Amino acid sequence: MYRIDFNKLRFLICDDNPHMRRILRTLLHSFGAREAYEAEDGATALEMYSHYVPDIVITDWAMPIFDGLELAQMIRQPESKGNPYAPIIMLTGHSEKRRVTVARDAGVTEFLAKPISAKGLYQRILNVVANPRPFIKTKTYFGPDRRRNTNNAYIGPERRVGGEMEVMQQPSLLDKARSNV
Amino acid sequence: MAKEKPGTIQVKSFADHHVITQPNPLRKVLLRVPESDLDDPVGRAEKALAGLSSEFKNWMTIEADRLSAAHEAILRDGFTIDNREELFRAAHDIKGDAATFGFPSAGAAAESLCRIIEHAPDLDQVPSELITHHINAIQAIVRERTKLDTAMMASALSKQLRGVADEFLLKVNRDRPEHLEAILAPSIVPAE
Repeated sequence: MYRIDFNKLRFLICDDNPHMRRILRTLLHSFGAREAYEAEDGATALEMYSHYVPDIVITDWAMPIFDGLELAQMIRQPESKGNPYAPIIMLTGHSEKRRVTVARDAGVTEFLAKPISAKGLYQRILNVVANPRPFIKTKTYFGPDRRRNTNNAYIGPERRVGGEMEVMQQPSLLDKARSNV
Repeated sequence: MAKEKPGTIQVKSFADHHVITQPNPLRKVLLRVPESDLDDPVGRAEKALAGLSSEFKNWMTIEADRLSAAHEAILRDGFTIDNREELFRAAHDIKGDAATFGFPSAGAAAESLCRIIEHAPDLDQVPSELITHHINAIQAIVRERTKLDTAMMASALSKQLRGVADEFLLKVNRDRPEHLEAILAPSIVPAE
């Protein structure tokens, strides 16, 4: 059985609603987290993201200035100085399936529909910590692999094509990002 | 903050995409514990949440008043972009928070209001009573919650509002298939 050492994790919470931020802070601290930074809009969250280099981002969708979807897109910039790989958990009142697809296509790692529960949040965090997915970069997408199941017989739209090329070693962008802080 | 130094990123290139992998930078925070381990972080968090519950009624009142203020601005100045966004955000927050705060029916009524704001082709053409009834219902559910006999009434009220709102939305969106599809799609959140 596995458990998370929350004590070693740094969170960034982004929600314009102070009550929801309080709920999230309470849950994370109860799990054992000590470091949870809070932003009330996407722009502030992006600044805090660069400054604090959180391990996990938990963001609302609907917010003023720029929203959680835009925040995810800003973080998932493969050429950015910051870390484009941090897990992003979108916690939102949106509860339509099409919203999950839109969030996924913006590079969100996990989607958690409100109302929030301790169990739901814990499971999403456990999932991003224990089961990170590879990142995919295409002309139009950069983010965690959107396919959770391997299906070689898939012939639908946006099927990946092409033979395999050689594996290229690159310096870690994450290292670069952290050394710039 | 996770202390493990991230490993080298590997990029596997294909004709139209790259697959990027790296050793899990958060692996060090994953602890293997025996099955007999009694620590229960979820239970602890639920207790902490219950400890906050004395504040929920007050929080819900603040949220409902914010919604009413947004509605008053619309009655005064019409559906400006800012007014529309504030009404939507206030309703959307209640939709997301109300069940956590112990007001699931207020959340359902707020969801119905969000659907109207999102899917009505022209908000100025929405019967003003339809929006007013949603706001009044949410206020009533929040104010009257302490009465034991009101839970069923609140649920019936929010369901009735949703029925009227959906009937309106289906009618005004009959020529807008993308909205019809969204209106008819089931929620991913289980019903109360």
